[in-house]
Amino acid sequence: MKADVLRVQGLQVHYHTPLGAVKAADNISFSLKADERLGFAGESGSGKSTMALAILRMIKPPGQIEAGEVWLDGLNLMTLSEEEMRQVRLARIALVPQGSMNSLNPVTRIKEQIADALTDHGVRMSKRQVEERVRDLLQSVGLRPEVANMFPHELSGGMKQRACIAIAISLHPKVIIADEPTSALDVVVQKQVMETLARVQKDLEASVILVGHDMGVVAQFVDRLGVMYAGKLVEVSPVRDIFTKPLHPYTQMLIASLPSLEQKGTFQGIPGLPPLLRDLPPGCAFHPRCPYAFDRCQTEEPLSREARPNCWAACHLLS
Amino acid sequence: MTTLLEARHVTKIFGGGLFDRNSIVALEGFSMAIDGDRPSITAVVGESGSGKTTLARLLLGLVTPTRGQVLYKGRDLQRMAHADWRAFRRDVQVIFQDPYEVYNPFYRVDHVLTTPVSKFKLASSKAEARALIEDVLKAVGLRSEETLGRFPHQLSGGQRQRVMVARALLLRPRLILADEPVSMVDASLRASILGSLRNMNLELGISIMYITHDLATAYQISENIVVLYRGSVAEAGDVELVVKHPQHPYTQLLISSIPLASAERTWTTETVVGPAGLQAAGSAGCKFADRCPFATSPCLQAAPPLFQTNRYRAVSCYLYQSAPALSVEEMVKAFAEPAKLSRVGSSGTPMTA
Repeated sequence: MKADVLRVQGLQVHYHTPLGAVKAADNISFSLKADERLGFAGESGSGKSTMALAILRMIKPPGQIEAGEVWLDGLNLMTLSEEEMRQVRLARIALVPQGSMNSLNPVTRIKEQIADALTDHGVRMSKRQVEERVRDLLQSVGLRPEVANMFPHELSGGMKQRACIAIAISLHPKVIIADEPTSALDVVVQKQVMETLARVQKDLEASVILVGHDMGVVAQFVDRLGVMYAGKLVEVSPVRDIFTKPLHPYTQMLIASLPSLEQKGTFQGIPGLPPLLRDLPPGCAFHPRCPYAFDRCQTEEPLSREARPNCWAACHLLS
Repeated sequence: MTTLLEARHVTKIFGGGLFDRNSIVALEGFSMAIDGDRPSITAVVGESGSGKTTLARLLLGLVTPTRGQVLYKGRDLQRMAHADWRAFRRDVQVIFQDPYEVYNPFYRVDHVLTTPVSKFKLASSKAEARALIEDVLKAVGLRSEETLGRFPHQLSGGQRQRVMVARALLLRPRLILADEPVSMVDASLRASILGSLRNMNLELGISIMYITHDLATAYQISENIVVLYRGSVAEAGDVELVVKHPQHPYTQLLISSIPLASAERTWTTETVVGPAGLQAAGSAGCKFADRCPFATSPCLQAAPPLFQTNRYRAVSCYLYQSAPALSVEEMVKAFAEPAKLSRVGSSGTPMTA
C-alpha cells in the first residue's frame, strides 16, 4: 500500500455574491497516493476547477476557502503564509492551467518563461546551465530545442500546452494538477498531449490530479475517478468500477449519456437541470433529477461511505 | 429524385488571389447533394481548420464560393431571385454553435420565436401563433411556461440551444443545418438535443446536416458521414462502414484518438504522426501526406481522387487506387443513398411527412 502524498479534508469554497453565498465546493475529502493518477469529472458548474484551484490556494475574491485542510507530505497548506505557499507552488505542487494558450506571456520567449520559474524559486544557475535545463525540459515534453527561442504565437495549441507542462515540471513537483489541459484541442493533438503528461508523470514518479469535463479523456488517463455534482464529490472509485459497477445514480446516468462508438442509439440525457449553487435543494442535491429518490433524500444529505473496498459514494441507496 | 440543396465542385479560398502566398484554401472541390424526397441525416466531421464551418456558410449562401456553385432546387444561390431566397430561407434552417451569442440580451426569448411567425405569416391570430410556438417548444422538450417571457440570461445553455432548435422547427423546414449544436452543452443535456434532431428527421421528415468535431455523436445520429481534412474529403459514406472500419489513414488516426468513456483502455498505442503543418494554397499532393505513415511519392505529386472502395463508401487515398475513381458527379449520387436504406427495412426507414 502506497503512502498518501496529498490528503484533502473537508474542503469548502464559497463565492460571495450579492445574492448570497455560492457553494462551489462543499465538504470535499479525498486522498492521493504516490504515483497515482486521480481524475475528477463533472459538468460545468460542478466545482471541479474550484476544487483544483483551492488545493493550490489560488482562489481569488469573491471566492473564499471557508474550511478544510490540505496536507501535502505532512504540511497543511492552509496554514502556510502567502510567501511560504508561493514557494510550495511549482516546487512541490504544480498546475497545468486550463487554456494554456492564454496563460503564457505573449511577448516573452519560451525559454525565458521557463527560466523565470526556475530563478523565482531560488535556483541559481549560469546562463549555460539554464539553456541546458530548458533544452532538457523541452525534450522531455517532446518539443524541439528551437522552440526555446520562439514566442507563444509561433506555436500551435498542442505545443503551447506542452510548453506549459514543461514549466509545470521544471522543479520536479510531487503533485501535478492538470485543470482541463486539453480543452480546445483537436482529438489527435489531445491524445498526444495526454501521452506527454503520462510520460513526464512516470519519469518524475509524480502523482497527477486531472480535472476535466470529458469523461472519455479522464477515463483513458486516470487510475481512480471522482465524479462531482453541484459542488460535491458524489463518488470516487477505480475507473474500472466506475464504468462497470457505478454506485451513485448520477454516475450511472452520466455514463449512459455518453455517446459510444460501439453501439448506436445507446445514449440518453439526464432529465431536468443541475441546481443553482446558491440555492441548493435540501437533502441530496441530485434528488430532483434522480429516478430512485425517496423521502429521506429530500431531507437528509447523504454522507460518503465505502460501499465496496476502495469505492466511495454519497447516496442513501447504499446505506 | 429532386435535389434540395447541392454543392458542386465548391472551392473557397480566403485571402488574396490564387497565387497569393497567404491565401488559405478552406474548402476544395467539395460536392454533395441533399435529396429533396428522402429525408436523411448527414454528418460532416473534421477538426478545427478542416473547413466544416466554411461549408455550412457556403451552403447557407453567407459566403460566395471562389469556384463552383451551390444550388437550391437547381438554382445557383448567387444568382437567385428574391422570391427564391424567401423560399430558401424557409426551407433551410440553421442552428449555430454558440447558444450564448445568438440572442439579443435585451429581448425576451419570445422574440426569436415570434419574429419568424410574423415574417413568414405562419399564423393569422395571436392565439394561433402562441399555439404554434407552444407546439414546437414541446417538441424539443421545453415547457412553454418556463421558457416564454424570460430573458436569455435566465435560461441555461442547454435550454437556449433547445429554443434555437424550436425556432428552426417553427418554419417546418426541409433541411436543418446544425453547426456544432452541442459543443457548448454539457454531456447530460447533449443527448436530449441530439435526440430531438433525430426525432425531427424520423417523425417530420426533415433532413439534417450535422456538422461537428465529435465523431462519437456523429456516429450516434447520422446515416452518412463525410470526414473532412484541411478542406478536402478524406473519406465519405455509410456511417457504420466509416466508423467501424475506417480506410483512410486520417480517419483511422482520428478514430483511434477518440478517448472512449469506458472501462477499457483504448488509448494504448503511442501516436506517431508529424505535426500538422500549414500548406500554402495551390500546393499539390495529398493534404495528409506530411503526417501519413504510408505516404509515398505519388502522394506528394497529386491529390488522390475519391476511390469507391465499396458501393457505400469512397476514400481519397492512393492505398485504394485499385478501386474505381469517382467523378464528382458520381460522388454526389453516392451520398444521396446511404447503405442503411437498402439494408434495414423498418427501423431505419424514415417516415415522410
